[in-house]
Amino acid sequence: MSEVTSDVTTQRVLTDEMVAAIKAFFPRYPTRQAVTLPALHVVNERLRYVPLQAVVEIAELLELAPAQVQDTLTFYGMFKQDAPHGQTRAWVCRSMSCMLLGANELLDHICHKTGTRPGETTADGSTTIEFAECLGACEFAPCILANKTLHKCVTSHQADQLLNEWKTKPAP
Amino acid sequence: MPDFEPVLLANVGVPNSFTREVYESTGGYAALRKVLKEMSPNDVKELVKSSGLRGRGGAGFPTGLKWTFLPKDHPGPIYFCLNADESEPGTFNNRILMEDDPHQVIEGIILSCFATGASTCYFYLRYEYPLCYERVENALAECYAAGYLGKNILGTDYSLDMYVHRGAAAYICGEETGLIESLEGKRAWPRIKPPFPAVEGAFRKPTVVNNVETCACVAQICRRGAEWFKSIGVPPDPGNPRDPGSFGPKLYCLSGHVNKPGCYEAPLGITVNDLINNYGGGMRDGKRPKMAIPGGISMGLLTADEFDCPLDFAGPGKYGCLGLGTAAVVVMDESVSIVDYLYNSCQFFDHESCGQCTPCREGTAWSRNMLKRIKAGQGRFRDLDLLLEIGDTIGIIPGTTICGLADGAAWPLKNGIRKFRQELEDYIKRTNPTGYMETRPPPALVSLDVH
Ligand SMILES: Cc1cc2nc3c(=O)[nH]c(=O)nc-3n(C[C@H](O)[C@H](O)[C@H](O)COP(=O)(O)O)c2cc1C
Ligand code: SF4
Ligand code: FES
Repeated sequence: MSEVTSDVTTQRVLTDEMVAAIKAFFPRYPTRQAVTLPALHVVNERLRYVPLQAVVEIAELLELAPAQVQDTLTFYGMFKQDAPHGQTRAWVCRSMSCMLLGANELLDHICHKTGTRPGETTADGSTTIEFAECLGACEFAPCILANKTLHKCVTSHQADQLLNEWKTKPAP
Repeated sequence: MPDFEPVLLANVGVPNSFTREVYESTGGYAALRKVLKEMSPNDVKELVKSSGLRGRGGAGFPTGLKWTFLPKDHPGPIYFCLNADESEPGTFNNRILMEDDPHQVIEGIILSCFATGASTCYFYLRYEYPLCYERVENALAECYAAGYLGKNILGTDYSLDMYVHRGAAAYICGEETGLIESLEGKRAWPRIKPPFPAVEGAFRKPTVVNNVETCACVAQICRRGAEWFKSIGVPPDPGNPRDPGSFGPKLYCLSGHVNKPGCYEAPLGITVNDLINNYGGGMRDGKRPKMAIPGGISMGLLTADEFDCPLDFAGPGKYGCLGLGTAAVVVMDESVSIVDYLYNSCQFFDHESCGQCTPCREGTAWSRNMLKRIKAGQGRFRDLDLLLEIGDTIGIIPGTTICGLADGAAWPLKNGIRKFRQELEDYIKRTNPTGYMETRPPPALVSLDVH
């Protein structure tokens, strides 16, 4: 396994800061493998994706085969691997309560406006549009979670404004 | 508004309700001090058992009884996992507890850990709750500072560590053994049971998994006593020796076509009508109701004629639904097409099936595809029978799958088609006038929409 990373031409992607942040999780769990999700989040929150090289380096830290980390990673809807997502990642809920109050139309509208399909990033690279299953905010249907900000009872007009804002300033 | 005084939600709306200071100013952590000083873990177990508390995460299993399944005199470690993965569509009560009163939840967890002898708690929190994450992390730091967590809590020889573990957008992490696999750093593939987690759970050690609201109830039971808890709700049905009753207050989530959607606390056993009219401000725009989901989409469907259904653990089952689930009621008015309801439900379970069991993986995908075709005007009467066949054969109840996700996928099909067959047939006939009686296999589906 270690041969993969000992290749001097490979550019490491985990910074010292990331490695320290990952190692800080070690004492919490009886196994190293349990640090997989925390480690993926550490990388994803900083790089906005988890490239294959990061998977190899995480595996090395956790004393796992890269395939084990990759296996776990691909199960979850959270981690992109080919390119970073936009500075704003907007999750548009499409589940039942939101659907009843116009979520499908809202998502269609947003995709149409931005020329994206769910999972894709706008041409200017600022915003990634995703569909979400229930965001647990059904009393505010239809809703959008943009980074850490929940937008409640969103109309298509409000969505236009948000899309405009995100072009210049990422959602908090 | 009804006169029931909220207990679990008492602090919601109070400024800074999420701080230790405010929680303690309303009596918080007094129960923890008292219990640690005066009671043994076994006493707490017995207290919770005698309260009749049943798990609020969906299955309604008696909490005290679950705790007694832990092996006796186990050398440890025993793990406690808090299930804060809340992702059942329609459900948001856990979010409100964690955002507005995280200390009530944490006090309940500490008491539950003390009762079960756990020395580590993993607080499994879905990633899509960033505000909960912030509030819970702050609350945990306050607890460590106050000596409620860490080594030798309040000077006793009981020690407990609590760590937040964040999910990564997968519904199946809410299933308790899926949660455990995910915690261990793997795909959240539910395990075959037995062994149950109480015997062999996280890291192959005895493990208790409980829901956020369950723990909040434990805090209130320790504060107010089992008798108080039993004075609320519905006693066991004398005609059914296996019914443990439905005691305590419950957080009902109300959404959909009502005037005031929201999370309301009421005694277990109020009816759907009560919830809509006395709490939810009635139907939106004065429209007529058509149907409602009784407890999260996994639980199936009630018609408007069935809104006298009591929302206790036994109620929805008597109306052909799966159960009370998370007590998340989604109300739909007469403008909603049963086809859209079914499609949305099938879409969800298709997306969230973990793919281990063939009946679930294939059944959810095919039912979604069939609904998509019906929606697009290519439906056949025969499809309704095929969909029912899927509904009647997938799940742990028919015994074909590992976990209950498939039962959750089955119930909307079973209830939706049986209770609204005429409307479905009318839709199919109207949209596919030349082909509705077709029985030969339909041509392959082309992609009919964008998402
Ligand atoms: C597919 C599926 C998803 C579930 N999701 C959740 C969930 O998000 N939160 C939860 O507390 N329980 C969930 N459960 C129920 C848990 O498996 C488990 O019964 C519960 O956490 C036990 O806690 P309780 O006894 O306190 O209710 C789910 C079950 C299934 C089958
Ligand atoms: S029933 Fe479905 S979700 Fe559950 S383990 Fe089987 S495939 Fe996975
Ligand atoms: S259905 Fe959209 S937040 Fe719950």
